[in-house]
Amino acid sequence: MTFVATVLGADWQTLADAFGLGGIYALMAVGIGLVFGVLRLVNFAYGQLVMAGAYALAFAYERGWPVWVGIILCFAVVVTLAVAMDWVVFRPLRGHSPAVMLVATFAVAFLMQSIALLWFGPLGKIAASLSALNQPWTISGVDIRKISIVATAVAAGCLLALVLLLGRTRVGLHMRAAALDFQTARLLGVRANRVIGSAVLVSGLLAATVAVMLTVQSPLVTPDFALRDTILVLAGVVLGGMNRLISATLGGFAIGFASGFLGGALPTNQSQYLPSFLFAAVILVLLIRPRGLFARAGQQAVERV
Amino acid sequence: MTTTPVLELDGLEVRHGAVHAVRGLSLTVDRGEIVGLIGPNGAGKSSTLHAIMGLVTSAAGDVRLHGRSLLGRRPEDVARAGVALVPEGRRIFAELTVEENLRLGLAGRGNGKGDGALRGAFELFPVVHEFRSRQAGALSGGQQQQLAIARALVADPQVLLLDEPSLGLAPRLVDVVFDALQEIRERGLAILLVEQRAQRTVALADRSHVLSNGRLRLTLGPEAAGDSETLVSAYFS
Repeated sequence: MTFVATVLGADWQTLADAFGLGGIYALMAVGIGLVFGVLRLVNFAYGQLVMAGAYALAFAYERGWPVWVGIILCFAVVVTLAVAMDWVVFRPLRGHSPAVMLVATFAVAFLMQSIALLWFGPLGKIAASLSALNQPWTISGVDIRKISIVATAVAAGCLLALVLLLGRTRVGLHMRAAALDFQTARLLGVRANRVIGSAVLVSGLLAATVAVMLTVQSPLVTPDFALRDTILVLAGVVLGGMNRLISATLGGFAIGFASGFLGGALPTNQSQYLPSFLFAAVILVLLIRPRGLFARAGQQAVERV
Repeated sequence: MTTTPVLELDGLEVRHGAVHAVRGLSLTVDRGEIVGLIGPNGAGKSSTLHAIMGLVTSAAGDVRLHGRSLLGRRPEDVARAGVALVPEGRRIFAELTVEENLRLGLAGRGNGKGDGALRGAFELFPVVHEFRSRQAGALSGGQQQQLAIARALVADPQVLLLDEPSLGLAPRLVDVVFDALQEIRERGLAILLVEQRAQRTVALADRSHVLSNGRLRLTLGPEAAGDSETLVSAYFS
């Protein structure tokens, strides 16, 4: 670790931040990848779920409610919206072409952003109930912000829980099968609505978790909250390989880590070009390995339901 | 007194756009029966199975399980009602283990547990038991076919539909599959077998329907298996 830090010329705080952001992006990548797996749908409105969760936290903070009430409200709002999105938008469009569904998620994203603008105004709200996590912990003489460690730990915990859910439970097996070949899974009696509903629910839980983490780092909640993060995560997911959850997750982590690391290591006058460099890297990777960095060779795209 | 057959097709019609895939097909399959459905490519055999499973909508007619219509139900509901399909090309989940493939078959049972059903499938296909912790994609074609049939059986179905289970198999493995069907019939299932291998199907099945251009042309009993002239003329009528 010290070696890496020295070679990269960065301090521990930067590395820890990069891990934290990588973890948060990995969770977003899983949330997007899970729904893509069962619906073959790239949900561009995922960031707006996070945004809604952040507003819920700000709402609770403004009224001086306890932290846990804010977090519960955040989860309730995000999960409700995720499930509503499935019922109102995805379900009626399920038989349509991927292009139609993609455009629909764009519409949902802009709609939610506009509603946030109308309700809460353009100036933004503050969600600072967990800002104490920005204080450092001193570990053997090195200062590391608590949120970096908490975010890494929470991400690791969530990913572990997900691995257990997918690997050890009946609904997890059904979700994996549906992602591989939905039609055959249905022919065996796997219930499409239940599998899709579970994926949407889990992706909502992850979005809420991400909202809590992100508001610690940037407590000012505006209608475009998490928008930039979502675009980066989508780039990371494509970079890693969309077809497999594990490669999508790695891609999300990689781009979060790179973004956090370079953002911390570079001086401000250079780091403002960071997104351009990241996207240039994504384009380059896609030209060389169109299936993604971590995807297996020779794998075929599967049919949508 | 007539009893209600387990599976009954009644004037079934399937259209794919302008193409009339199945025209007024009626047949019944009862407990402990194998009914063969043979005919050239494009005769409407697979379309018939897809219509039973609810993968395609029927234009007219009815599909009944124990006298209750299955039409309009989703594929997963047809499966859970007791109809299992061994699809063409096996469609096993290559990236999952053999045992995970079998556990997916349990989805058709509705109620969760089914270790007994797994044992029943292992008895019929020891090779599936032997390789249960391997990736299904690593199995040979014949083993994959046995897995596909075992996976259908763990759902404990009343009706087993098979879409060309012998396709691409070496003769010895075709024997394994057909022997297994014989044994499954003795367990009291109703089997509807779609096949290209006409002669073997006619010999095994209690009766075989020859389909051509979506229409039922001829019904043959096992005794017709030796009569290749009838078979050939049935195919080209």
